[in-house]
Amino acid sequence: MRYIDEFRNRDIVRNLVEKIKSISHDEVSLMEVCGGHTWAIQKFGIPSMLPPGINLLSGPGCPVCVTGRGFIDRIVAYSRQSDIIITTFGDLVRVPGSSSSLEKEKGRGADVRIVYSVLDAIDIAVKNPDKKVVFPGIGFETTAPGTAAGILNASEKNTGNFFVLSSHKIMPPAMALLIDEGVKIDGYIAPGHVSTITGSGIYADIPEKFKVGCVISGFEPVDILQSIYMLLRQINGKRFSVEIQYNRVVKPEGNLKAQKAMEEVFTTRDDWWRGFGVIPGSGLGIREKYADFDAEKMLDADVEETVEDKGCICGEVLKGLKKPHDCRLFGNVCTTENPVGSCMVSHEGACNAYFRFNR
Amino acid sequence: MMEKNILIGHGSGGKLSHKLIRELFLKNFDNPILSQQGDSAILDIDSSRVSFTTDSYVIDPLFFPGGNIGKLAVCGTVNDLAVSGAVPKYISAAFIIEEGLPMEDLEAIVSEMAAEARKANVMIVTGDTKVVNRGQCDKLFINTSGVGILDKKYSDISSGERVEAGDRIIINGPVASHGMAVMAARSFEGFDTEILSDCASLNGLIGEVLATGADVKFMRDATRGGLATVLCEMAENSPFGVEVDEESVPVDENVKGMCELLGFDPFYVANEGKVVMVVASEDAEKVTETMNKNPLGRQASVIGEVSAGTSGRALLNTSVGGKRIMDMLAGGQLPRIC
Repeated sequence: MRYIDEFRNRDIVRNLVEKIKSISHDEVSLMEVCGGHTWAIQKFGIPSMLPPGINLLSGPGCPVCVTGRGFIDRIVAYSRQSDIIITTFGDLVRVPGSSSSLEKEKGRGADVRIVYSVLDAIDIAVKNPDKKVVFPGIGFETTAPGTAAGILNASEKNTGNFFVLSSHKIMPPAMALLIDEGVKIDGYIAPGHVSTITGSGIYADIPEKFKVGCVISGFEPVDILQSIYMLLRQINGKRFSVEIQYNRVVKPEGNLKAQKAMEEVFTTRDDWWRGFGVIPGSGLGIREKYADFDAEKMLDADVEETVEDKGCICGEVLKGLKKPHDCRLFGNVCTTENPVGSCMVSHEGACNAYFRFNR
Repeated sequence: MMEKNILIGHGSGGKLSHKLIRELFLKNFDNPILSQQGDSAILDIDSSRVSFTTDSYVIDPLFFPGGNIGKLAVCGTVNDLAVSGAVPKYISAAFIIEEGLPMEDLEAIVSEMAAEARKANVMIVTGDTKVVNRGQCDKLFINTSGVGILDKKYSDISSGERVEAGDRIIINGPVASHGMAVMAARSFEGFDTEILSDCASLNGLIGEVLATGADVKFMRDATRGGLATVLCEMAENSPFGVEVDEESVPVDENVKGMCELLGFDPFYVANEGKVVMVVASEDAEKVTETMNKNPLGRQASVIGEVSAGTSGRALLNTSVGGKRIMDMLAGGQLPRIC
């Protein structure tokens, strides 16, 4: 088993598409929450295979996309201090803040380094004892345990110069809010990686409260089509539940060790989501116990006044109310080369995926 | 006896410079034109049309699985000439060297350049050496320029003006191995991925195809930006579109695996020994068969065609049966890969 080819098998795909067609009756809107799903759906050309009644909506599950400009502005302000090294995942570098980005600051001489793991950031901190190393923690339950493990590791090493600016968020509050606000969603293609950590329990409220099914999906074409099929069956049978399609990876209880690290380091708080505003209980702040690693508390910064982008309809795209094509900036003012909003920057952003694969 | 490292004096124009030129460059690149050591090389070119190209090489690391910066500097320039339909003849080589570069590294690079030039049947006829202080360049940069003779009957290949709907698109082998070999050499020191760069001079292979009399209407070497970028450029500059079948594009299994692991799309990863050809449909089989006989074209295949309906767009029929557009690479996927 190679774990790629089987899930990209043309015959299995064709078979699934036929099965979907055979049970697709009414118009339904299914939201893929996760940016990784959006990317895969567009990359494999899945919309071109589906019957016209199935409308796929991109959701808010792209970490970079829902990160507010205020956060970028703060990281940019840190990067302007000569005694600070910014260590970040690559996709944050080009995200525009109010007037600058890490990429622009790097061009002006800021020390901005791309890392693949928070542990690389800690290495850099250890090797540069006279500098302060700031790691912007972004992402959902998928990346938060990594950051938590980093803080625990730095705490053991007593680094003293390693700090996290947390913008970590959790998924379920945003998923509930969308339905609560009246966005027409008949089923959720629920995030695979988030669920690997959390297990399937976190979505239990959604079928119960809102009569909307959730299928936790893998990222290959066969996974996604099978998840769509499972959702259609729930909709047709009017029996809504949380199902796991991605069962080769996701267990109902999730990854307990990762959950424990997250629980140890973080506590939920209200958080600002770009395009949404404040969502209660949706953010992860660093607990008082680990305040020494919290950039917000430990490091001052001269942050410019945050100006949100005008004309960009990212908010409505992230909520599934509009598609990237509906934005007047899409494809002319806002391109992958010259992105206006962060949905065009990140590979997981809906605008980026539509621009590259489905213009 | 040569010094162990490059010294500032090697670029001074004095004794050390002469020694370097004599004992390294002249010794390796030896040919009657270079050995005259004039300020310019005097070339006999019996043609009214020449192709002329230049390229600089700044790859990091200097040595990668399947080649080094020197081999790359010859292949890259040879290929730029060859895809314009020309027969590459003469190359210049200019070296910008950082003080302290180990002499044995430079020797290895120069000797591989010489070997590749012999293989590609081109002469390195003029050159230059500069040495800069430590930290003012990274180890070694090479610039090569090249001149090739262009037969009149191939002079419209580089513009692609005769391309029309129905023409077939052919590639000579698996894509993405150069970019991934460099990436592996850079990121996973001590970890053998067995991925070799495809770095190779393509003028022999291209010459064999042209010699069959096949109607080749356009050629481009798919380097930075990969296959997808070439296809997008082709579509963008033409009243036609292109349509490619993902399944028919060869990618080595280990390259595919590494791309998956690191999140790269092999269609966008650089190659250094791949030519994309557009040929008249009736000649497609002849071209792939000819390529298949050459080691550099063993996996050559038709990957798609020029289509009438989709003007300006490159469409991909995905391996699972979907359809989507292909877009040019925005921003850099990997810096300093050539």
